[in-house]
Amino acid sequence: MFDFTTITTAIDQFLRSMMPAQFAIIVECILVAACALLAYVMFAIVMIFMERKVCAAFQCRLGPMRVGPWGLLQVFADVFKMLIKEIISINRSDSFLYRLAPYLVVMSSVLTFCCLPFAKGLQVLDFNMGVFFLMATSSFGVLGILLAGWSSNNKFSMIGAMRSGAQMISYELSIGLCMLTVVTLSGTMQISELVEQQHDAWFIFKGHLPAMLAFVIYLIAGNAETNRAPFDLPEAESELTAGFHTEYSGMHFGFFYVAEFMNLFIVAAIASTLFLGGWMPLHISGFDTFNMVMDYIPGIVWFLGKTFFIIWVLMWFRWTFPRLRIDQVPTLEWKYLVPIGLVNLLIMTVCVVMGWTF
Amino acid sequence: MEMKKPTIKSIPYEEFKDNETLESLIKELNKERTNVVVGALDDLINWGRSNSLWSLTFATSCCGIEFMAVGAARYDFARFGFEVTRNSPRQADLIMVAGTITHKMAPVLKRLYDQMADPKYVVAVGGCAISGGPFKGSYHVLNGVDKIIPVDVYIPGCPPRPEAMLYGMMQLQRKVKIEKYFGGKNHRAKKGEMPNEPIIVTNAPIDINENC
Amino acid sequence: MNLTFIDIKEFPKRMEEYRYSKGMDFLRDIIGMDWGEEGLGAIYILENTATGENIEVATITANREKPLIPTVCHLWNVAELYEREVYDFFGIYFTKHPDMRRLFLRNDWVGYPLRKDYDTSEAINPIRMENEVTEDVQRPYEIAEDAEQAIIDKQTNKIHGDQYIINIGPQHPATHGVLRFRLALDGEEIKKIDIHCGYIHRGIEKMSESLTYPQILALTDRLDYLSAHQNRHALCMCIEKAMGIEVTDRTQYIRTIMDELQRIDSHLLFLSCAAMDLGAITTFIYGFRDREKLLDILEEVTGGRLIQNYNVIGGVQADITPDFVRKVKEFCQYQKGKIKEYNDVFTYNVITQKRMKGVGVISRADAISYGCTGGTGRASGWACDVRKRHPYALYDKVDFKEIIYNNGDCYDRFWVRLDEILESIHIIEQLIDNIPEGEYKVKTKPIIRIPEGRYSASVEGSRGEFGVYIESRGEKSPYRIKFRPMGLPLIAAMHKILKGAKVADLIAIGATLDYVIPDIDR
Repeated sequence: MFDFTTITTAIDQFLRSMMPAQFAIIVECILVAACALLAYVMFAIVMIFMERKVCAAFQCRLGPMRVGPWGLLQVFADVFKMLIKEIISINRSDSFLYRLAPYLVVMSSVLTFCCLPFAKGLQVLDFNMGVFFLMATSSFGVLGILLAGWSSNNKFSMIGAMRSGAQMISYELSIGLCMLTVVTLSGTMQISELVEQQHDAWFIFKGHLPAMLAFVIYLIAGNAETNRAPFDLPEAESELTAGFHTEYSGMHFGFFYVAEFMNLFIVAAIASTLFLGGWMPLHISGFDTFNMVMDYIPGIVWFLGKTFFIIWVLMWFRWTFPRLRIDQVPTLEWKYLVPIGLVNLLIMTVCVVMGWTF
Repeated sequence: MEMKKPTIKSIPYEEFKDNETLESLIKELNKERTNVVVGALDDLINWGRSNSLWSLTFATSCCGIEFMAVGAARYDFARFGFEVTRNSPRQADLIMVAGTITHKMAPVLKRLYDQMADPKYVVAVGGCAISGGPFKGSYHVLNGVDKIIPVDVYIPGCPPRPEAMLYGMMQLQRKVKIEKYFGGKNHRAKKGEMPNEPIIVTNAPIDINENC
Repeated sequence: MNLTFIDIKEFPKRMEEYRYSKGMDFLRDIIGMDWGEEGLGAIYILENTATGENIEVATITANREKPLIPTVCHLWNVAELYEREVYDFFGIYFTKHPDMRRLFLRNDWVGYPLRKDYDTSEAINPIRMENEVTEDVQRPYEIAEDAEQAIIDKQTNKIHGDQYIINIGPQHPATHGVLRFRLALDGEEIKKIDIHCGYIHRGIEKMSESLTYPQILALTDRLDYLSAHQNRHALCMCIEKAMGIEVTDRTQYIRTIMDELQRIDSHLLFLSCAAMDLGAITTFIYGFRDREKLLDILEEVTGGRLIQNYNVIGGVQADITPDFVRKVKEFCQYQKGKIKEYNDVFTYNVITQKRMKGVGVISRADAISYGCTGGTGRASGWACDVRKRHPYALYDKVDFKEIIYNNGDCYDRFWVRLDEILESIHIIEQLIDNIPEGEYKVKTKPIIRIPEGRYSASVEGSRGEFGVYIESRGEKSPYRIKFRPMGLPLIAAMHKILKGAKVADLIAIGATLDYVIPDIDR
């Protein structure tokens, strides 16, 4: 497999030869930030376009067709419009928190985005507590949503925010349990290491039954984390008009909109990293020629292929399922997913201890 | 930089009715010269705005059902960039006043309009919104929404066919395409004033009067 | 039907007698009347649901300044809103009524519009652009015992200021129009609900008093635009009955088929909107996709998609097109197969079932007392189909069964509509091949005058019983015309159904009750 570290070390050495080490690090930070944000925005645009087309396909429609070939430029038009739309400031609201909230949401998803291993060596943050860091950053997005709802001085927003708080904090638990299941199997929390360990077989095959169960629970909980149907209660269109972002206009709303899609991408990317091997090609031990052929496909293609497959599955859920009621959301989590997750973790531990894994 | 005639992809310019209104607007805007860079930026912004007009989910009566039909499978306004209807007025660019506006509803509609973020456009859909329609004589009906909010495009019909609505929305797109965001005079009047000369969408062919 | 006048002093006792001794448990409508010199009054149409017996009673008060009529809302729950409507339009106070506020018009409205001496000038009631101050008080009035009989306003708070109050509507995606619910919440649970109507009150009844009968026909389509055919059918039937016009068999066939097509259209829209309100947007589009096929047929015959203006006095506007029969048959075949698709994608989904089963239950007795006809009543086990109770057109000749479910929850209300689509197809299939030859319209006089008297007719609209009541004085236009709204009883029952429900349940209940706001407000 091609290792991106060769490129990054080359750049690093080049910069260090030009300037003192401290400056080099600063320049690298800026470069990385620019690349990460650019990638973030590009993925958001791709995702929004994909959502529209997938949704249209499910609904016997065509979706955007007129702006650019097959409507490819539609999202760009939306972005231009949103950038120059008036940003309304609300009377009698906490204007500092009101303005801060969308940035918190975006910040959380950008930080999480940086942890994703796109290909071998192509990863911004990679250290021995990777999984833990990932969970921490992804969960402070809920703070932004709570603040948005509270500071808008709007009752719909408030209800939306409270729903969101109740939902995201509970489902965080299931996500944690599923990740722990994988960590138990692999014995490491470093993300690059996790991927490397899947070179002979993906974790979903290695961990067989408990891993598959964890994968399913992860998809459900991940869907809830991103506030998408059937868990779109915080912004339940037919109940709360637009939920926690009712009062936001222009680019502030745009941030929430983009963050929602990127959270979906992140959830799918983590699922593919933890369970489907991330950028690791499909390897079957024993079939060396087959593995060699698979290796010719670049890692980033594998990673994006798996991720977008999962995104497609989640979109399928979104467009066919009705919405849950607020009391059914915690019921599903606390009465079903958490107990199953705990038992699953126990089974996985037993499997690992007894060596019943592949 | 001169402002060009607004065109819609793959529909000939002449096929649209009421080009005169737009041309007079363009003439007025072209009186003041604009820098090329600013003009190009304006073009980009107008392209973005006109292709991404999100409508507010607003319907009071019959026309609302037809509006839903325009969003559904057969007519599908998402094709033209009216991708989603937003339920919150803050996020909407366009309000389709679909249905009768009564005395009790009038302040609510005005408030909704005020809550929308700029730039905002109003389309009066159907006879009731234009003039009170069949309920003109009633004691509780507002005879035309243009009495309380400025209207950009009128779509007559009771209710208008979905095709008429799409046509009206395209007329709005054309109108949005001849705006100046940076500098220059905007054809939209100052805040609080009614904009001049709305576009009339005609269902009937122009020569209908000659035939009968 | 004869109208019995009851003296106002005996009125409460006699009404109680009707309710309990004679078993008149269904109050179909209260019609406020302004009889000029004779005074103001109200006509009550009662029905015994067990025997199908109908009576009309009326009471009258000569005092125009301070008209007082005893309330009947302790006998029939639905009277609460009906009486508020009469108060709103005629200024009649119903004594001991728990909540005597205006129902449709603004609180600061001057005068009572349906009185004959009402001044319609703009100067008295200009368009007020300031927001209406929401009164969260109920206004029971009592009458002082002394000779002056002063009206004592006893305000009581309906919703307290310190409760968490949210407004669902007037502009809200789930109210299907401009209805406004003021909810007092405890967490997500609804504690109290206050309903504000009138955001689309167009004054159709008042307008009709100065229009000729053929002109009024045009307005009926716009009442409940999803039962445009049935509404117009009712008015045509009423006028034809009054004038003694016999319509041809061909007309009857066409009218019946069109009524049923309209019912399918309405139920498809119901299915779509119910699904959208529950969050399943794809099903919404599926419903609309199939509805378009039906609209094609309607458009070809009548020229309109939604508002069709098809029935006229003495027949129908135009004959059916040559390939109408073929197209309807094709549609019936097509639609039968699609029901399964809706079920697969929506109805059998576990979330749908959890959201609808056992939610928003209304018992049979309540359904009758609140007058919830149509699918809502039938889901509660009340056989209230006008097509069976008082058959009109060809409904006594065709074979169809009345869909009745017994739980009265959202899920049953949903299924009633789905089953009725199939039943309507069944009716159409019996008729479509046998449309007799003949005139589609009989000749009528150029100017239509109805002989003096009172006439009523009712049909089964898409969402309940739609009734027309005309009082004529032999003129070109009616002295008073009243349309029985299908939706008003449904929202009257709302606070009963909502006991202990959550905000999300309100949406599910609202979706399955299937009201259309212009029909409520008229």
